[in-house]
Amino acid sequence: MLNIAVCVKQVPDTEARLSVAADKTRIEEQGISFILNPYDEHAVEEAIRLKEKQGGTVTVFCLGPARAEEAIRTALAMGADKAVHLADAAFGGGDEGTAAAALEKAIAGKSFDLVLAGRLAIDDASGQVGARLAEKLGWPHVTAVTRLAVEGREAVANREIDGGSQVVAVTLPAVITAQRGLNQPRYPKIPDIMKARRKEVAKVTPADLGLSGGEVGGAGAKGKVAGLAPAPGRSAGKVIAGEPADAARKVVGLLRDEAKVI
Amino acid sequence: MSQLADYYRIEDLLQPEERAVRDTVRKFVDREVKPIIGEAWLKGEFPRHLIPKIAELGLFGPTLPEEYGGAGLSPLAYGMAMQELERGDSGLRSFASVQSALAMYAIYRWGNEDQRRHWLPRMCAGEVIGCFGLTEPDAGSDPDMMTTKARRTGKGWVLSGVKRWITNGSLANVAVVWAKGESGKVCGFLVEKGQPGFTTTDTHTKASMRASITSDLILDGVEVAEDHVLPGVKGLGSALSCLTEARFGIAFGVVGAAMDCLQEALDYTSVRKVFGQPLAAKQLTQERLADMLARVTSAQLLAVRLGQLKAAGQMTYPQVSLAKRENVRHALEVARMSRELLGANGITTEYASIRHMCNLETVDTYEGAYEVHTLILGRDLTGIAAF
Repeated sequence: MLNIAVCVKQVPDTEARLSVAADKTRIEEQGISFILNPYDEHAVEEAIRLKEKQGGTVTVFCLGPARAEEAIRTALAMGADKAVHLADAAFGGGDEGTAAAALEKAIAGKSFDLVLAGRLAIDDASGQVGARLAEKLGWPHVTAVTRLAVEGREAVANREIDGGSQVVAVTLPAVITAQRGLNQPRYPKIPDIMKARRKEVAKVTPADLGLSGGEVGGAGAKGKVAGLAPAPGRSAGKVIAGEPADAARKVVGLLRDEAKVI
Repeated sequence: MSQLADYYRIEDLLQPEERAVRDTVRKFVDREVKPIIGEAWLKGEFPRHLIPKIAELGLFGPTLPEEYGGAGLSPLAYGMAMQELERGDSGLRSFASVQSALAMYAIYRWGNEDQRRHWLPRMCAGEVIGCFGLTEPDAGSDPDMMTTKARRTGKGWVLSGVKRWITNGSLANVAVVWAKGESGKVCGFLVEKGQPGFTTTDTHTKASMRASITSDLILDGVEVAEDHVLPGVKGLGSALSCLTEARFGIAFGVVGAAMDCLQEALDYTSVRKVFGQPLAAKQLTQERLADMLARVTSAQLLAVRLGQLKAAGQMTYPQVSLAKRENVRHALEVARMSRELLGANGITTEYASIRHMCNLETVDTYEGAYEVHTLILGRDLTGIAAF
């Protein structure tokens, strides 16, 4: 029996065309669609597989505005049992520290054996919340995991490192963050999408978690986004003509002398 | 979802679960259908291995109540599922349409409670596949010309006749067969595969809908027991009510095929260079792309409004005719334009456009030919039947 918490975030659709909002610190949300963060989808899938094998429960935790409930319902349709939504407006505008602090209050002391999360959210690509949450809980953590085995009170996780892989064993409870390749997330079945509408999504406020208004969201954040800019457009590439051997020589020359990368 | 495929934010007209249904079918099609469908189409094979997967996804009879194995989907959610299936292939959507909107709907609407409980849960699970036998070699747009006869006997009925253009015909475990009784009234029957006197032959010469099974049903004195008669049937109108359900799904389905063609044309013309520029930089190309986008968007809006009317219980069959008629033509035009923009590459099944284009010729003809829907609308406007 494993009681698993999965932290998820709702992020802009990978296919959405993004633009920077007028205040230059946010993206323009008007007219774009949102999805469950793809790395979190791997975390949800792993949690459900563990539950299917070993029994237990999967509870989804999500910090985000009201619209984020749709991402929560996706996780419930995949097979999670219930959810806790930190939807109060006071949670908004925070940083990784306030997110981890609020999630810790929501998760600690509820006899969870394992917390799973995506290794990062594709919107801000910060990748801090999982590790910070583990620190606050006082639990071990393994990041960017591509394979996970849980047996008894031990979790063995594989991580890809430059040129090889690393195997890390931790004692539960622990926090694990998911890398692509951990699994292939299932697509929810249609009847499960409909049943997910009836599953419990508890809405919690800072007060419910024993946090004051000054400890959450923008008020509690130690950092704030000062600016946001789109990636510069790429200029046209260079075509090196000629016989393969000559062309290769020219490319190597350019990489060394012009680009100075080798 | 890309903005291209949703220019007018149809997204915002859907409930969260309707979006979720669309997205899950889209993932299924991307993962399971797109990689294999071109080859299956070329070989003229229906991808049978997908049947259990489609069943598991919950795409058979999804609008039925849970007690019969359905998921109680809204009309819009069902429509979005059909759109995404047909983004893969019209043949696959036809397979699901026939199972759900024709065979299962006929049993649900015109069957008795015993028949519903006997057939529907197994059909939802994909254990039983159905087909729908209305059209005959000499009775298409005018189904009242049917010559398949049902004769009463002491034990039940005996059916004799031939049905043609029956999707899923040889695959089906149960056929909903429409036949005329001695009084000339149309009755509905359930005929099971393997019953004495019941055989099927497939049509192998199709240049359209090649990844779909199309059969003749041959009924040579097939004995049908009383519990295999659909007792609610009140004549030909009952059969036509099933067609309204199927046409509703088609109005959405073809939008998926059109969206796929538009995306393919945009991707191709952005990369393919001619006279020193991408094709997409040419005014002739942009005019076509804009026309395709306009057609896709018009079709999406017709379909969604039709779904809203159905959900509100206000949908009429001429409204369905309008959407089926217009949307299939929009999709066909979009597919043709995409095929053209793809040049020589566009004639191969390495790309989807020609497959969609050929398939849509069938969709334009079946479930009420374009002309039949024109005349339904003409009659509705003028009060004068001009068939």
